[in-house]
Amino acid sequence: MSTIKKETTKQPVISYSKEDFVSDQQVRWCPGCGDYAILSTTQRTLAKFPIPKENHVFISGIGCSSRFPYYMNTYGFHTIHGRAPTIASGLRCINPDLNIWVITGDGDGLSIGGNHLIHCMRRNMNLNILLVNNQIYGLTKGQYSPTSQPGKVTKTSPEGSIDYPINALCVAIASEATFIARTLDTAPSHMSTILEKAMNHKGVSFVEIYQNCIIFNDKTFGPVTGRETRDERMLYLEHDKPLIFGKEKEKAIRLKGLHPEIVNINEVDSSELLIHNEKDTEPNYAYFLTQMEYPEMPVPFGVFRDIDKPTYDEMLNEQVQGAIKKKGVGDLKDLIYGKDTWEVK
Amino acid sequence: MTETKKNKTEIVSSITVRFAGDSGDGMQLTGDQFTDTAAIMGNDFATLPDFPAEIRAPIGTLPGVSSFQIQFSDSIIFTPGDIADVLVVMNPAALKVNLPLVKKGGLIIVNESVFNEENLRKATWEKNPLDDETLKDYSVLKVKLSELTKNALKDLHLKASEVERCKNFFALGMMFWLYDRELNHTTAWIKNKFAKRPEIVEANITALTAGYNFADIAEVIPNQYQIKKAILDPGTYRKIMGNEALAIGLITAANLANKTLFYGSYPITPASTILQYLAAYKNYNVKTFQAEDEISAIGSAVGASFGGQIGVTGTSGPGISLKSEMMNLAVMAELPLIIINVQRGGPSTGMPTKTEQTDLLQVLYCRNGESPIAVLAPRTASDCFIMAIEAVRIAIKYMTPVIFLSEGYLASAAEPWKLPDISTLPSIEVTHPKAEKGKTFYPYERNPETLARPWAIPGTPGLEHRIGGLSKADITGNVSYDPENHQKMTNLRAEKIARIANDIPEAEIHGPKSGKLLVLSWGGNYGAVYQAVTNLHNKKKKVSQVHLSYLNPFPKNLGDILKQFKTILIPELNMGQLLMLIRYKFPESHSIGFNKVKGVPFKVEEIEQRISELL
Repeated sequence: MSTIKKETTKQPVISYSKEDFVSDQQVRWCPGCGDYAILSTTQRTLAKFPIPKENHVFISGIGCSSRFPYYMNTYGFHTIHGRAPTIASGLRCINPDLNIWVITGDGDGLSIGGNHLIHCMRRNMNLNILLVNNQIYGLTKGQYSPTSQPGKVTKTSPEGSIDYPINALCVAIASEATFIARTLDTAPSHMSTILEKAMNHKGVSFVEIYQNCIIFNDKTFGPVTGRETRDERMLYLEHDKPLIFGKEKEKAIRLKGLHPEIVNINEVDSSELLIHNEKDTEPNYAYFLTQMEYPEMPVPFGVFRDIDKPTYDEMLNEQVQGAIKKKGVGDLKDLIYGKDTWEVK
Repeated sequence: MTETKKNKTEIVSSITVRFAGDSGDGMQLTGDQFTDTAAIMGNDFATLPDFPAEIRAPIGTLPGVSSFQIQFSDSIIFTPGDIADVLVVMNPAALKVNLPLVKKGGLIIVNESVFNEENLRKATWEKNPLDDETLKDYSVLKVKLSELTKNALKDLHLKASEVERCKNFFALGMMFWLYDRELNHTTAWIKNKFAKRPEIVEANITALTAGYNFADIAEVIPNQYQIKKAILDPGTYRKIMGNEALAIGLITAANLANKTLFYGSYPITPASTILQYLAAYKNYNVKTFQAEDEISAIGSAVGASFGGQIGVTGTSGPGISLKSEMMNLAVMAELPLIIINVQRGGPSTGMPTKTEQTDLLQVLYCRNGESPIAVLAPRTASDCFIMAIEAVRIAIKYMTPVIFLSEGYLASAAEPWKLPDISTLPSIEVTHPKAEKGKTFYPYERNPETLARPWAIPGTPGLEHRIGGLSKADITGNVSYDPENHQKMTNLRAEKIARIANDIPEAEIHGPKSGKLLVLSWGGNYGAVYQAVTNLHNKKKKVSQVHLSYLNPFPKNLGDILKQFKTILIPELNMGQLLMLIRYKFPESHSIGFNKVKGVPFKVEEIEQRISELL
């Protein structure tokens, strides 16, 4: 349970345990669903911070992952399909103090709600968006989603999907999101670090979380994230460090023209290695990273981009304060009477 | 001004003037100036701007015609006038479009300069109507406006296009002389408007004065008319349009509730001006959000309401279609929310700039599930102010979305507004619960009187809870698919809206309390029906009017009133939507419709005639 310690500075310091963030509702995801790990990592991560739990709000759309708010002992709003970013944006505009989380999925965020996702990212609305990507429609029982692999056989694509998939992080970069990251359900400590960074980022934070749907799309990420393959096929990004991967951390990326090339660090000079820079204000490099895909390249995880830019809500509040400063606090009589009145006697 | 008084001056009670020209001819501006002067000179007035959806349709064509009608009077009036006594037309297309709207024997002032072959062809006149019998039933004043303006401004060294743009002020000057108006309001306005361009100030004032003097000296107009001051209630007045009154009303309501007003909207005719007005009032703690689409617009407002401020969204019918799922979320989550629908011609994109009342059933029923919602409708432009406050009051008190059902006609119609005494405005009480020791908080525990649930807002310690669109368990608000609970919650939501009837004014009868015929009006029909019924009262006819400002729920006494009349006539700018509701709710009443879907408001005369047929 939470305790408030009185420090000598008289500032109450709140300390939480994970259980403080567990609601009284029974979790109703399928046994073995990757969402359990995301939920528990989120609860554990929030417990690390002295942010009063009443200041966390979880807003979701529709889909398996969108049940998330019911299980968090914080404020929560399970809204309608694809629209969570709109509700979160309105809430953000009127309350600068809350820590607002948007929980969405590949269908909710990239299909029906694609428009809102783009626009809330381009506005740099100060929100933490977690897009749980399992490349399938789970809640409607197994239809292909906008991130499903080409040729994916599902109930609605018996001959294989002929949709080209959308890349969530490309959408985020094209929308000029200021914080972009990727993590996965089976690496809780990496996820926790990413969630922390997302929360600490001022502005929109977009996190794609690879999640396994055990029922309708089991092991879809297996070739990349599986125990046997992950060392060779996953690349953990670290700021200001070379892009290194491989069982022996012996591989790295070098630029060949505009394309990545895998090299052995023992065979090339270290000055040739591509160094990760999440602070690059130009989007080109982050976009380049999103194009590193299985099977040609290792798939990057970690922070792709983390830059500073004024947020929408900040600028909105500045405009309101600016107007008050310039014109004074609005007076009702001035408002109603306007500038042009006449008297009837 | 010259003192020559060669002309006769006739005193008249009421005049309807229509200005018409190309979209680029400045007709709305001319009409506005004429209106302001009528206000300053103490007349009552009502206006009807009528413009195309196209910003600039090809010059000189029929779709490009923009018009502005004003009725001004020495007595209280309720409509912008059925038909024009005077029409001012700037080109052949404007004549073609507006001729059917001038009364026989009326005066038509024509800008003769542009009645050339090309413009006549564009306006689809086969022959020049100034040369044949087309206008034989009217008195026509042909004025070479372009040449006269050019001549008046010849010493000012302006570009030809700038000179041409002054001709509306020349025409306005003539109209000012015709109705014995003062020029000083408009000259002051010009000075202020074009303060940065003194040469344009001089040109426009010169054109205005030249027009006035031309009308006076040229002896082309036989009569000058005077309209005396109207006897209006004493007080301070301003000119107001519906959307402006609505914006001011919303800010006032938020202020009375001590809240931030959050307005999420996506530009759409005829609602866009609400967003424009509100965006300019940030110092009243107004936050506006121009969303990426209609859904985001209402979503953001729901978010603001969830956060404890006044969430409002505004649109027109096509936008309501897109918002309906989010409206239902607000119904389910039981959050206060104002949804404005400024109705326009439909279906589909329909007629964006034209007025209709065709969305009543849409706002009531175009959502999935059992989804009761409160609906209010303003009756006049200034009534939008009071009804906006009322909408906010009901939304907060009952924790419910409220539809503010306005009309294109009211949105841009102007009238004098007697300004309220600020101290008499109602207060709007808001309570947000706080955690109480030893007491569990239940988000769906209701106020026994209003059935409203508590408005607990994020950031409040100890009240952490989850809401959403899934079916809610009574009291706890937890997800529930229990059959009995679902029925109970459905009933509770319906009952909550029904109880608003205990908290709104009863319907009032204008005319006898019982009799052969009651006219039941709603929305912007108020004025035309009121005037028609009053005219008939003056003719000693027995007929009554009830006007509905509350369409869901209806006032409590409506059923009793309807019983007192043999026939209920329901005029609507739709094919019988209120009629359907009344027939369903009050099957014993004998209700008949009077319907029109032409994109224009009712005329007093057509209502008067229909009533007379039934008496």
